[in-house]
Amino acid sequence: MGATKTNNGNIFSKLIKQQLFIPLAALLILIIFNLIMDPSFLKITLGYNNIGNPVLSGYIIRILDNGSEVAILAIGMTLVTAASGGQDISVGAAVAIAGSVLLRVLCGSNTHPETLQAPIIVGFLVSCLVAMLFGAFNGVLVAYFKIQPMVATLILYTAGRSIAAWVNNNELPIISEASFGYFGGYIPGIPVPTPLIIAVACMVAIGLVLKFTNLRLYTQAVGINESSSKLNGLNPQLIKLLSFVILGICVAVVGLIKVSRNSTINYSVIAKDIEMDAILAVALGGNALGGGKFSMAASIIGAYVIQLLTTTLFKFKVPSDALPAYKAVVVIILVVISAPVVREWFSSMIKKFQTKEVA
Amino acid sequence: MSNSALLEMRNIHKSFPGVRALQGVDFTLRHGEIHALMGENGAGKSTLIKVLTGVYGKDEGQISLEGSAVAIHSPQDAQKVGISTVYQEISLCPNLSVAENIYIGRTAGICQNWKKMNDGAEKILRSLEIPAKATQQLESCSIAVQQMIAIARAVDMDCKVLILDEPTSSLDEQEVAKLFKLMRDLKKKGVGIIFVTHFLDQVYEVCDRITVMRDGKLVGEYAIKDLPRVQLVSKMLGKELDDMADIQDEQQAYKREEGAVPVLEAEGLVSDAGIKPFDFHIDKGEVNGFTGLLGSGRSECVRAIFGADRVTGGTVKKNGKPIKIAKPLDAMKNGIAYLPEDRKIDGIVGDLSVRDNLILAQQVLKGFFKPFSKAEANKFADEYIKLLSIKTASADTPIKSLSGGNQQKVILARWLLTHPEYLILDEPTRGIDVGTKVDIQKLVLKLASEGMSVTFISSELDEMLRTCSRLVVMRDRKVVGELKGSDLNQNKVMNTIAGGEK
Amino acid sequence: MKKKVLSVLLSTAMIAALVTGCGNDGSTTASTDNAATKDAATTDNAAEGDAATKDAATTDNAAEGEAATGDAASGELIKVGIINNNPNESGYRTANDNDLKATFTKENGYDASFAYSNDNSEQIAHAQTFIQNEVEYLLLSAADTAGWDSVLTDAQNAGIKVILFDRVIDADESLYEASIVSDMEKEGQTAVDWLKAQGLSEYNIVHLQGVMGTAAQKGRSAAMDAAVAAEGWNIVNQQTAEWNAETAQQIVQSVIDSGESFNVIYAENDDMARGAVAALDAANISHGVGKDVVIMGFDCNKWALEELLNQNWNYDGQCNPFQSSYIDDIIKTLESGGTVAEKTIIMDEKGFDATTITADDVEKFGI
Repeated sequence: MGATKTNNGNIFSKLIKQQLFIPLAALLILIIFNLIMDPSFLKITLGYNNIGNPVLSGYIIRILDNGSEVAILAIGMTLVTAASGGQDISVGAAVAIAGSVLLRVLCGSNTHPETLQAPIIVGFLVSCLVAMLFGAFNGVLVAYFKIQPMVATLILYTAGRSIAAWVNNNELPIISEASFGYFGGYIPGIPVPTPLIIAVACMVAIGLVLKFTNLRLYTQAVGINESSSKLNGLNPQLIKLLSFVILGICVAVVGLIKVSRNSTINYSVIAKDIEMDAILAVALGGNALGGGKFSMAASIIGAYVIQLLTTTLFKFKVPSDALPAYKAVVVIILVVISAPVVREWFSSMIKKFQTKEVA
Repeated sequence: MSNSALLEMRNIHKSFPGVRALQGVDFTLRHGEIHALMGENGAGKSTLIKVLTGVYGKDEGQISLEGSAVAIHSPQDAQKVGISTVYQEISLCPNLSVAENIYIGRTAGICQNWKKMNDGAEKILRSLEIPAKATQQLESCSIAVQQMIAIARAVDMDCKVLILDEPTSSLDEQEVAKLFKLMRDLKKKGVGIIFVTHFLDQVYEVCDRITVMRDGKLVGEYAIKDLPRVQLVSKMLGKELDDMADIQDEQQAYKREEGAVPVLEAEGLVSDAGIKPFDFHIDKGEVNGFTGLLGSGRSECVRAIFGADRVTGGTVKKNGKPIKIAKPLDAMKNGIAYLPEDRKIDGIVGDLSVRDNLILAQQVLKGFFKPFSKAEANKFADEYIKLLSIKTASADTPIKSLSGGNQQKVILARWLLTHPEYLILDEPTRGIDVGTKVDIQKLVLKLASEGMSVTFISSELDEMLRTCSRLVVMRDRKVVGELKGSDLNQNKVMNTIAGGEK
Repeated sequence: MKKKVLSVLLSTAMIAALVTGCGNDGSTTASTDNAATKDAATTDNAAEGDAATKDAATTDNAAEGEAATGDAASGELIKVGIINNNPNESGYRTANDNDLKATFTKENGYDASFAYSNDNSEQIAHAQTFIQNEVEYLLLSAADTAGWDSVLTDAQNAGIKVILFDRVIDADESLYEASIVSDMEKEGQTAVDWLKAQGLSEYNIVHLQGVMGTAAQKGRSAAMDAAVAAEGWNIVNQQTAEWNAETAQQIVQSVIDSGESFNVIYAENDDMARGAVAALDAANISHGVGKDVVIMGFDCNKWALEELLNQNWNYDGQCNPFQSSYIDDIIKTLESGGTVAEKTIIMDEKGFDATTITADDVEKFGI
């Protein structure tokens, strides 16, 4: 009897040590909490939108839809964190730039064009290129000039939204072409929100990259021990730079979704504070913010935990003034319990408890 | 020179968990004396200094200054009683003025009389003949002058005992001469100076007495004229000059094939790590080594060969063909492997698993887009864990949780997996248990017999003598000799290391 | 943590200063976008287009671009220094800046210099510069209400007349000639009165607030809160979407998913109304004139007024950014020796109803 119990305890303590455990547990707890308060929380219904397309709706769909941007950014942020041991705080501003460039290409000189001046794919590729260049700019500062990532990216954080406004001469372009709205809404005939599809595509893409290249090994090695990596023939600078460029691609994708959601842009509020959510996602995933080993899946789940939390707070109509406080409290609890130190402590407590029981 | 004792340390003991760092050490410093504190790595020099300056508390023993016992519990206490330290890295503020640096942190109150301060500083600088102005920004002074200003600051704090911890390692010869002049001036003023250095020549140039330590114990205190260099080296290494006979039997008799082209040949190689240009070659199946005291430049030489430091000159030929090694990857592609001196800093990737650590170098050689499959990686890991009998719970265990010896074996396995033609082992046996040491030595000889060329560096001379058929001897960052055949014995090696008259 | 935040703030300030230093070459990082913008056919004159591209906190002389044209009107130009918030802060600010630039030209007899910053201390520094440069009028839209007393006293001592626009400050009235402002509470009241007049059978309102604590949020929320208390209207949800369209969309989606019914969306700016409408569209809930949900917004963006024109929205309240004509009048009065009757001038602000708005209104009042 005792033996079986010990065995169970071991499995449990092993489970707790798993990096995925905490974000998954947080996700489950929030879902269960919501289910208790509202049994229809998980309900998904198929309806039609105003132009007659089938769309899925329900809280879960909304969470998956609205969490897409942070999830995509979490991918790049995880790599940057792992390689450089710091975070990029300029992603929100960079999203504004990417979105602005995209609109600029699509609208040409007219801010309210009847038809698009260039194919959407061209606009996206240009914005992608620009976002990668800005990523590279941050990357060069961090990798070659050895500036603390948070300080290096502060430059773009401060200047980014002004640059975004400057790209469009401070005008606010609006796109009336319906197909542009597909990326932030629904593609006719497909009831799943497009941002979710894009996010899944990004996850698959990074999954394949991690499987078929050495990105994970190289990034982790550089993040853990730069000097040793160098003596093993790696180029730490290049790998750090690469992580920022990959984050740049993520930024461009998010830029596309963000401007597509509204078919326009507001330079000062678009993707506001999204960098904090992306960093938080990485932290909630139990990844060390000091760099090194990382779990991509945990970061992505962390992103959806944040969205679940936001939606929950909206759902419970938390008063506006108290909203940040509620969020802060939950986040602090989550971050603390997902810290490696605390995880170790938990698992050792469980072991102790188990041995006592057996004795 | 008065002969009365200025500082006396008696029967000092200090233990850290698992290590007895100081065991009954005595140390005496007299007025107006420059006293060298010598010993190899781990001898206990820095622990002794830290006990003296209050960084560590002592477990046992007394310290007395000018005859009366003093209690030193913190660096502030040490400063109060007149013990000042100048470290290798300058711990001043580069963006403040010279005067500010001299007075920082020791003016009473919050008001500051700038004029008085600058005048005072100017006076000190002049009295010590330091070529700097009080109002000059510290940054704009040369390193040597900054070092002197650090000393001036110490001296001005009424210091009776001045500790100089490797102050000369970043100075050139002229700067060293200036520093020595300053030291002699202070000596005339009656200050007792403890001088920690690795440079033998400097010891004999400036010091009056030498205290030698080894393995946390006092070896002895000697007047400089009573201790010839070779004796000093032998005391530091712990080998008596007389008992040289017993080791030579295991000596490798390496026979060079006539007309064979060296596997690697370097000419005038020099890097930015401060070594003098050197020539080097190694043949197929040969085991050779770099020897010399710590800091003599032996690691820097092999780092230059591997491209680990920035190479600033010289040519390298591999199997007779000129090659260019600008970075480690170039060396790796040319079949060179390098096990670095500092396992923790340059070797292991702590949080990664044993498996990932093991395949790292080979994986980098294979390329970014061609990762090993899980099965392949596991196969390599299992193979080498078995081959080198690495004790680990599994291949998934993070390498940092292994013991030092097993970590070293993983790093060794990492490089063996790349099947190098030329393997450089820099202190592969440092800090690991005796059993593993022997394993590694045996492995080196086995690899060589299979045709691999190996350069082996160790602080332990007998280890070197047992494994190497040729030794390159270094002193003060220069290659000063090469020994082989019958010259490979302790006496000869120590004489060469010591250099000079004897 | 606190320390970190502080250091981040400090560094921000430092970098902002840095950006100021090299403001004139734009930003080095932006060079790639340069080509894309070059061919833009701007309708603005050269000086305007130039100024619009400048980074935050750049002082530039609008007259510079027109120096070649020489004096146009009367021989003596009136020298004014204008301190405004960053034009890309919002559409409102852009319109406000363009309006000022269009009025204070050499043709109209002004020699105007502009300075932008969203940082109060930087604005004060700009003010001091203007005082040194001996401007005759200092026009100010303060970033923060506090801290202006001493610099405005300096201005007064130097004989410089100060006119506040858009924002009020906590300083003695004697320190400035006039203050031209919007009355946010009045804007809210106009909107709420309009809503009351619709005579809906029931009022189930989703109230989307701006960033809490801002003047616009406080004024526009106050009117609604008062009406809810007085009329017994039902607030389905009242939350801040922080002026953000996407957040507004999420909040409205959340209300829809909860299954609660509502028939009014009162959004405190156009962006949030737009986000709300996107959520309604996705859920196939009709909105606009004669439809299920009444949509109300503020600020009168041109695109928002077009929505009104298309009857997709019902109401849009104006927040008038065009203070320059008021300022111009005051300066003219003062120059001719007259006095300003009222210190505080509240601008006319309209509320547009989708049933009565005309295409001309869109052109005239859209920003």
